[in-house]
Amino acid sequence: MASGIKDKVVILGMGCSKFGERWDANAQDLMVEAFEEALRDAGIERRQIDAAWLGTAIEEQHVGKSAVPLAMTLRLPYIPVTRVENYCATGTEALRGAVYAVASGAADVALALGVEKLKDTGYGGLPQRSRGALNDLFWPNLSAPGSFAQLAAAYRAKHGANRDDLKRAMAHISVKSHANASRNPKAHLRNAITEEDVLKAPMIAEPLGLYDCCGVSDGSACAIVTTPDIARGLGKRDLVAVKALQLAVSNGEEVSFDRWDGSYFATTRVAAARAYREAGITRPREQVSLVDVHDCFSVTELVTMEDLQLSAEGTAIRDVLDGFYDADGQVPCQIDGGLKCFGHPIGASGLRMVYEMYLQLIGRAGDRQRPAPVWGMTHNLGGFPSQNVSSVTIVGQYGA
Amino acid sequence: MANDFGILSFGAYLPRARMQRKAVAAANGWFAPGLKGLSRGERAIANWDEDTITMAVEAARDCLGELDRADLRQLVLASTTHPFDDRQNATVVATALHLPSALRTSDAAGSLRAGTGALIAALEGRETTLVVAADQRRAKAGSTQEMQYGDGAAAMLVGTGTPVARLLGAHTESVDFVHQYRMHDRNSDYGWEERWIRDEGYLKLVPRAVGALLKRCGVDAAAIVHFCLPGTLSKVQAAVAKRCGIPETAVRDPLGASVGDTGAAHPLLMLAHVLEQSAPGDTVLVAGFGEGCDALLLQVGDGRADTRRGVTGALADRREESNYLRWLSFTGTVDLERGMRAEVDKATAMTVLYRNRDMIEGLVGGRCRRCGTVQFPRQRYCVNPECNALDSQDDYVFSERTGRVLSYTADGLTYSPDPPTYFGMVQVDGGGRMLMDFTEVDPASMDVGLPVRMVFRIKDADPNRGFVRYFWKAAPARA
Repeated sequence: MASGIKDKVVILGMGCSKFGERWDANAQDLMVEAFEEALRDAGIERRQIDAAWLGTAIEEQHVGKSAVPLAMTLRLPYIPVTRVENYCATGTEALRGAVYAVASGAADVALALGVEKLKDTGYGGLPQRSRGALNDLFWPNLSAPGSFAQLAAAYRAKHGANRDDLKRAMAHISVKSHANASRNPKAHLRNAITEEDVLKAPMIAEPLGLYDCCGVSDGSACAIVTTPDIARGLGKRDLVAVKALQLAVSNGEEVSFDRWDGSYFATTRVAAARAYREAGITRPREQVSLVDVHDCFSVTELVTMEDLQLSAEGTAIRDVLDGFYDADGQVPCQIDGGLKCFGHPIGASGLRMVYEMYLQLIGRAGDRQRPAPVWGMTHNLGGFPSQNVSSVTIVGQYGA
Repeated sequence: MANDFGILSFGAYLPRARMQRKAVAAANGWFAPGLKGLSRGERAIANWDEDTITMAVEAARDCLGELDRADLRQLVLASTTHPFDDRQNATVVATALHLPSALRTSDAAGSLRAGTGALIAALEGRETTLVVAADQRRAKAGSTQEMQYGDGAAAMLVGTGTPVARLLGAHTESVDFVHQYRMHDRNSDYGWEERWIRDEGYLKLVPRAVGALLKRCGVDAAAIVHFCLPGTLSKVQAAVAKRCGIPETAVRDPLGASVGDTGAAHPLLMLAHVLEQSAPGDTVLVAGFGEGCDALLLQVGDGRADTRRGVTGALADRREESNYLRWLSFTGTVDLERGMRAEVDKATAMTVLYRNRDMIEGLVGGRCRRCGTVQFPRQRYCVNPECNALDSQDDYVFSERTGRVLSYTADGLTYSPDPPTYFGMVQVDGGGRMLMDFTEVDPASMDVGLPVRMVFRIKDADPNRGFVRYFWKAAPARA
């Protein structure tokens, strides 16, 4: 049995660019913005970084292939740099590479940077491209909202949920995220909205309306990680450690085997169970202080609350409407605005979530600061409900 | 007559959408007020994802039903609107139908007599032959053809058994009488004056062919019980019958008010309609007009014809369409602004299509010999996590399976020629599931649990290279 990642690696510094429609910035500008903040926060120099990981998903839209764009932009001195891509969980993959490098002893200090520049397509929403020569011949003609909207139909059928209750819970999720983002200066969408706004918005993919969908944004986020000893040696106190780092990837069971009912993420359930075990969490609903999940669409957030064992199966609608996940609720969800409002520059999102948990744990979250959080959890997802990549990351006070 | 040679089975297909002629006349009345006189009834129009090939597949499926397809020796696809000039269209149909590769396939084309010609050849031959005729003729906006044509398909299985009908004889007059024509690079037909077509064409060439046929067969025109003659000219069928001595009561409705003229398919469609309603022993005369005339004299046999959907079922399964502009955009008559999402490159790798042709064109998946799991797509390892056996699967054909909707959405973001795009997970009866596009959806009845059947349709088009991709979609299973 592997000993796991718990407390082997700590965050030395983090940075995050302003997310949004960054008409002013190239991907390279966004990378520098996140990197400069992280480097200052870490209190080290560029030459102290032993290895780096670049996460970017739709590279043809901006920087192109390989890790070269990161090395060139940051002027990294001929160190090993790796580029990773795993759908919308790409940012977490970059972090996983850096954390594992430090944990293995191969690197003392490692960098993970995620970036995406999406607003150069000429239209709203994510760019649509070939999905592979064979897939293009039989995959349905789907958009991201269309594929996640499937959850709503299946969830309703499974739990006998009322159409209006589900739609209201989804609306509550978006209203909450907008309210949270209004207190986040780096967020893309900072306007407050009402439940009525959500319910009246134009339909994108039934039952998802415009406000059920996350922002498509430009942005970058960055983490510098090291060992607890090195961090202390650099004068760091109140260390934030990685407690769990889990990933589960679909193998075709959901889409081709007759067991899955379409209402949940089989991957998230597996990754969450493994992450809780790795971190030593036994009662997540009571123990997790804060969570940032992959709320690409409101319904994704809703079913994910059950997949992460925060709500019992079939009870997420009630918990959401009761305010359990609001900023002043028991487990605040998307305290920074989430994908919905902080924005979703694909390669950066997984690192952006960890950035918020890091700020909360060291008490630097400003107006959004929650009192004395202990465990921060992030959930980063990519693909489609029927075949996807799902990651669960837990960070917390070192030694806790 | 158990070992007689003749028509053993038949089938038909009409697209569900029926364009209301009133709407066409109203839109064009400012320019062509004369269309008002043609504005009664409706005509069948292909959906954006249908063409001659997909309609042919549906008619063939209706014809073949549960019959053993391994006996087929020949398949002919007759049409004046084959999608491909080079790439045999009949072979695409054969692949979608899972017919064995040891099969003589051919396209019959170039005339409205393509369908009757192929049927005569099959009936005068000895081989088990599937004759399918389908047409989707384009017409200019505001033309009479636009009003009078219809889209549809019919299929006839010819072979040895207990025929639904057998051939008494056939005769063809080939005369270069050009009542209309369409050259290769044109989308619509150019026609001459109707009075000339009637007087010099229908009223002379059809009686000449019919007369010669009846004389050779020794059958009196008065003995004909059903007379099938396509044609859009007013009352031309009755006038021809009278000239031939065929009783007025034998003249069949050419389905102008409900379908329109389906071109090369129409004589076969009318014959199929007769075979649904005729009695054993009835004498049927079918004529196909165009650069002369094909005439077939048939006698209805004891073969049963009551289990299929046929023309009667296809006529009943209809949806009224009044959006003329939508139809014009489907046929490419109007060039809509389709947005940047329509710009995605749809290049097809022929190597990939060929390796996976059974999966893509035939909807073939796998069934594991070890654990019995039915699955799509078929991959090297079985998907059952308790099995995962290597190379353990036999072919499993999903196309004739029904299923139920497990999840769905109406996607308004992704590009579709007819938004929103409906797609979702289908749980197939008997095992297996697939995430697939839906078509022919009635939005009000769409929900989890809805019964569906599989239909062969256009998936998308590649305008840059002039290619069309086909795949299977789920359509609501209607009675």
